[in-house]
Amino acid sequence: MKVLVAVKRVVDYNVKVRPNGDGSDVEIANAKMSMNPFDEIAVEEAVRMKEAGTATEAVAISLGEAACQDVVRTALAMGMDRGVLVETDERLEPLTVAKLLAAIVKREQFDLVILGKQAIDDDSNQTGQMLAALLGWPQGTFASHVAVDDDRVQVTRETDTGSQTLSFQLPGVVTSDLRLNEPRYVKLPNIMKAKKKPLEKITPMELDVDISTHLAIIAVAEPTQRSGGIKVADAKELVEKLRNEARVI
Amino acid sequence: MQRESMEYDVVIVGGGPAGLAAAIRLRQLAIAQKKELSVCVLEKGSEIGAHILSGAVIDPCSLDELIPDWREQDAPLTIEVTHDQVYFLRNKEKAWQIPTQFVPASMHNQGNYITSLGNLCRWLSERAESLEVEIFPGFAAAEILYGEQAEVAGVITGDMGMAEDGSKKPSFEPGMELRAKYTLFAEGARGHLGKQLIARFQLDAGVGAQHYGLGLKELWDCDPQKHQQGLVIHGSGWPLSESGSGGGFFLYHLENNQISVGLIVDLNYQNPHVNPFEEFQRLKQHPLFKDYLTGGRRVAYGARVINKGGFHALPTMHMPGALLIGCDAGTLNYAKIKGTHTAMKSGMLAAETVFDTLSKDEQGGKDLQAYAERFKTSWLCDELYRSRNFGSALKKWGLYLGGAYNYLDQTLFGGKFPLDLQDDSEDRETLKEAADCKQINYPKPDGIISFDRLSSVYLSNTSHEENQPCHLRLQDRELPLAINLGHYDAPEQRYCPAGVYEIIEQGEGPRLQINAQNCIHCKTCDIKDPNGNITWVTPEGGGGPNYPNM
Repeated sequence: MKVLVAVKRVVDYNVKVRPNGDGSDVEIANAKMSMNPFDEIAVEEAVRMKEAGTATEAVAISLGEAACQDVVRTALAMGMDRGVLVETDERLEPLTVAKLLAAIVKREQFDLVILGKQAIDDDSNQTGQMLAALLGWPQGTFASHVAVDDDRVQVTRETDTGSQTLSFQLPGVVTSDLRLNEPRYVKLPNIMKAKKKPLEKITPMELDVDISTHLAIIAVAEPTQRSGGIKVADAKELVEKLRNEARVI
Repeated sequence: MQRESMEYDVVIVGGGPAGLAAAIRLRQLAIAQKKELSVCVLEKGSEIGAHILSGAVIDPCSLDELIPDWREQDAPLTIEVTHDQVYFLRNKEKAWQIPTQFVPASMHNQGNYITSLGNLCRWLSERAESLEVEIFPGFAAAEILYGEQAEVAGVITGDMGMAEDGSKKPSFEPGMELRAKYTLFAEGARGHLGKQLIARFQLDAGVGAQHYGLGLKELWDCDPQKHQQGLVIHGSGWPLSESGSGGGFFLYHLENNQISVGLIVDLNYQNPHVNPFEEFQRLKQHPLFKDYLTGGRRVAYGARVINKGGFHALPTMHMPGALLIGCDAGTLNYAKIKGTHTAMKSGMLAAETVFDTLSKDEQGGKDLQAYAERFKTSWLCDELYRSRNFGSALKKWGLYLGGAYNYLDQTLFGGKFPLDLQDDSEDRETLKEAADCKQINYPKPDGIISFDRLSSVYLSNTSHEENQPCHLRLQDRELPLAINLGHYDAPEQRYCPAGVYEIIEQGEGPRLQINAQNCIHCKTCDIKDPNGNITWVTPEGGGGPNYPNM
């Protein structure tokens, strides 16, 4: 079984971001960037499949500017076999990423694609689903447990009402939720080894994928400041305020 | 414990200006002379620059020596100082501007650059990597490795995945041995391994006590109307003068309408009620600062100690198998309030010494006495010698007389006035009983110019893995209440710029709570605890602040 894992370079989850000067985007100059945490979980799952012998090869792919190869190297240091960087300076949106991934999947005949359920920068939560649709493959999203048995995969999903377990035939798409696993610490010698692992660079044009955008960012703004609370004298006043000021009852 | 091991010719602990300059110089020499030489840099921050905090106005002299064509290589030194102002704040409203001719020559800034030292380090790390230096951010050097002859033989990186109770979590990874022929310690001021080396090899025998200042800094996006790119303001006086404490402030106009503002509080203050964070917050309410900051917005906060003992406090920097460089030794020039060019130079001298020695003798592990010679004949030693009395004169004679002495010494005598003022008292010994000192009523933050500590720490992007052993170790668990609270009203509650230490009043009486996950790695507690009872050790690698542009 060949596994592909998509990893995105995002602003680190510890960094508090703010809108830039003209409110056109988020200010990230010199901020620490790292691998999207859900993607780290996806990488860990693929590496465990390799270690368990269920996966024969595990490949990490990132899409975006040249600096994205840093997160591919991190994935290689965690134990992935090789990396792919689809390099472009254009802003990529979920549908474009899904199309590019589909092109890679078709080129190389992967059996399973694992993605983070969403990226912590845009919180789109779309790419995995779109990829499955484009490929016509089954999907198991929000996975908290994944078991591969020959050509079938069983995925336990986290849903609003509890967990749901489903099973489908490979090839398929899985997106990882937080509880799927705890990613390992990268070891120093593995960082060294990762530098020597193959990393292929390819452009969207070579994959024959149109990357023109369909979405425009109109504005980026901070959440409005929460105003301070007030004390009410009695239940009557509370009801009055809820009804007439807050207009929630 | 069985540990994996890796070998290098040189291991450098700390990816700041000293460590990176040393790494670059080593590889430059190796490439020029076609020699094999493996160099690695360990950095406890999550990336290079994550733990770097400085003003910063930088004298580019060392960079000129290290990378002469830095201007063509997009170095982040683009804003030259255009105006230099020095003020003495008389009280919370009034200020005297000191005419330029009365400002000590060492404090003039022509030809210097205003920048973010973190970004300079990020840039230096790219240069280093292009010279095949291996840089490992997120890995802390936790222990020193000693060889058979008791020489330094490398370091051990911290264990990862250890739980708070000392048990191993499923993700546990033991630290690694990084063995080196020579190890350069460049941890910055009050490095925790440097401290152990100084004690073990008695490197401070015969020199004066090291002195420290706690530097607090904020970065502001300011109103473009008020921004004067290239303007540099320094000064002292209020509010520290109210409690008789020493220190000074800075306000620099960087690029992109940003202002870097900060206060350095000398850690030899005597009144235990002093709260350096609150002193900084009220400083910003002074019209000199408020005028620039009003209409702006604070975007970053951080704090870090600097060493200011200078020449008198400089320990022996060589020992078998290792060198102490940069602020880990204490090469900051306090008269210039600059440490970057001196740290870099000390790293470059270290690199040259190590390279020379290894060229003659590949074994490693020798006591690099040649470093002392190289240092003595360098401009670095001369520069530090000339400013040796600056800090101690201020302490001994106060701001007016000490300042006058410094003016004469620095301006007329070029720092060569034949006098040696050595100050031997440790910063932790200076506190007086709380009951004998005046309480200080700090104003409440207005949320516009001044802020509280927790919302400030939030802006330092600090994080630590929560379930790990506490990295702020108490030797004696009784002292915080018996001595610190009893005599000094628990000064750690106030001197910590991140609010790590809290006295919690509960049913059974007060207890000390240590919120180690808030720690921004400034090292103040390791210095100022009245009993020297707090030892700062490295938490899991990658933890701590994530400073952008600081």
